[in-house]
Amino acid sequence: MASSLIPAGDFRTSYAVDTTIFPTVTSRNFAIAGVVLCALAPFALNDYWMSMLIAIGIYGIAALGLNVLLGFTGQISIGHAAFFLFGAFTSAYLSTKMAIPAFFAIPLSGVATALIGLVFGLPAARLKGLYLAIATLAAQYILLDFFARAEWFSGGSVPATAEPFSIFGYTLSGDHQYFYVVLVYVVVSFLLVTNLMRTRDGRALIAVRDHYLSAEIMGINLTYYRTLSFGIAAFFAGIGGALYAHYQLVVSYEGFGIERSVLFLAMVIIGGLGSVMGTLMGTAFVVLLPEAMEWLSAALRGGVIDQTLGLKNNITFVREIAIGAIIIAFLVFEPDGLAHRWHQIKAYWKFYPFSH
Amino acid sequence: MEVNATSDCALEVRGVSLRFGGVRALTDVSFGVREGELFSIIGPNGAGKTSIVNCISGRYRPTEGQLFYRGRDITGLTTNARPALGIGRTFQNLALFHHMSVLDNIMVGRHHLLKNNFLTGSLYWLTGARREELRHRHKVEEIIDFLDLQSVRKTTAGTLSYGLRKRVELARAMAMEPKLILLDEPMAGMNFEEKEDMARYIVDLNEEFGMTVVMIEHDMGVVMDISHRVVVLDFGKKIAEGEPADVLADPHVRSAYLGEEDEALAGPDDAPRPLEASA
Repeated sequence: MASSLIPAGDFRTSYAVDTTIFPTVTSRNFAIAGVVLCALAPFALNDYWMSMLIAIGIYGIAALGLNVLLGFTGQISIGHAAFFLFGAFTSAYLSTKMAIPAFFAIPLSGVATALIGLVFGLPAARLKGLYLAIATLAAQYILLDFFARAEWFSGGSVPATAEPFSIFGYTLSGDHQYFYVVLVYVVVSFLLVTNLMRTRDGRALIAVRDHYLSAEIMGINLTYYRTLSFGIAAFFAGIGGALYAHYQLVVSYEGFGIERSVLFLAMVIIGGLGSVMGTLMGTAFVVLLPEAMEWLSAALRGGVIDQTLGLKNNITFVREIAIGAIIIAFLVFEPDGLAHRWHQIKAYWKFYPFSH
Repeated sequence: MEVNATSDCALEVRGVSLRFGGVRALTDVSFGVREGELFSIIGPNGAGKTSIVNCISGRYRPTEGQLFYRGRDITGLTTNARPALGIGRTFQNLALFHHMSVLDNIMVGRHHLLKNNFLTGSLYWLTGARREELRHRHKVEEIIDFLDLQSVRKTTAGTLSYGLRKRVELARAMAMEPKLILLDEPMAGMNFEEKEDMARYIVDLNEEFGMTVVMIEHDMGVVMDISHRVVVLDFGKKIAEGEPADVLADPHVRSAYLGEEDEALAGPDDAPRPLEASA
């Protein structure tokens, strides 16, 4: 991939050097600088922007799980929001009812959600395409129904509460402090998945996606890997959900219907199927687009368009239409996702001014 | 049956029949491949050559009959358990992982030899997964050197030319370190030079790497030059088996291949028998 972006004269003298995450020292330094910059963000940004970054981080982790499933293994799931919510409720339950500190409750919820994911992943080994989509849709409804009824677990119609995140007796509350928790989880999650994808089981997942018949001939157990992929996807959804619970401190099942699952799909598709970093770009896009449209519609409110169309200051509805239109336009003009575009931009500047 | 005791056969196909509904793909096919042999399966289109290879590699389960690999009955063994026994194969119609690099494709071949899993793999530096991956990378690079794939190592497999893809498939099968390698038309669609290269690689697999090779090939010149023994299938039945020169001289084979009319040959066994009940 992108071998053209490796500068001339950069010769690899060992296989170890050739298997690093970042192809060049510069790209690695850029990534480290990016993380450092994020770590400094709370000093520069206000609550609104911090909440945006936290949302990108939390949903980014969950979307990463979905990308492992959809992008790398080629299995679809329309029930991702339900797994996200399961993680959130589990962590809330563990922290309030069982008095387990959020520090431990978050990874535990990830594991619990992974187990649930494996259960729902079992049919996945036998179903493909649209049939699988319907099966995961069932998972979405079954889980949401469970949350609505199981008052002991989710509080039913009363939102469940979650304890704030604390470490060494110090409580990290508020956007500016909680951001660091999310940042650590984002960095760790993305490293884990990157590592997974350059080792045996990650390759097996991609092999299952690209050509399952020959994957089987290579000794890859299709049932195992398709189910495993669901487990991994659910794990990251659970981690994301748990982070969400300890951020919001209350969890309600409302707002996590199928439309949220579809948003997760949008994040992965817009970011780039099978691209780890693309997931974060796609999530940022999906999280920030409504905000950008909000500003735009606020700026246009009562303006020429409103008056012409007689919308009576209701241009905000245009916002929803615009979001849909932009996503469609995206899929038409950039089907390979933001990650691909990013590569092309890098390639352009690499060869500038002789690119063509 | 020319098949001897199972012990001196790397692979024994014993009375294998394969039916898809009313279609008889294979009818009572038996032959044995000796250890260290370069064995070819030939026959006209639709003769059941790929079907027999699919039975050996586990894609199909024979309707009747048994398959023995080094004396072990593998008839009902799951497909993904076979590489660990030492059975590897390539496909007639390319079956590479198109979006992976050539290197990763070949690394997938080592799946059953690698031990790291999703947990140890994710923790890469902490669990020795990195060391293991690098050790196997060395092996893969040896194969890359052998097959002259250095220049396309990092190229996405789906973008390669046909001849190169065939070679990458061979590399992937080699990476499995099989003792028995099944090659389904390794030279189909290649030009003369590519065929020459491929023939040399196959002989090397057999002689240098000591693999038992079972090959399906249409190029008679290549088959006659490099194979030790040949089996000929026609309409799902074995019509001849033996040394290349003997087989080529066989009137049944001449009739099947060249369409030579020979009334004397037209026995009841030569016509397809779609209505016959299974024994």
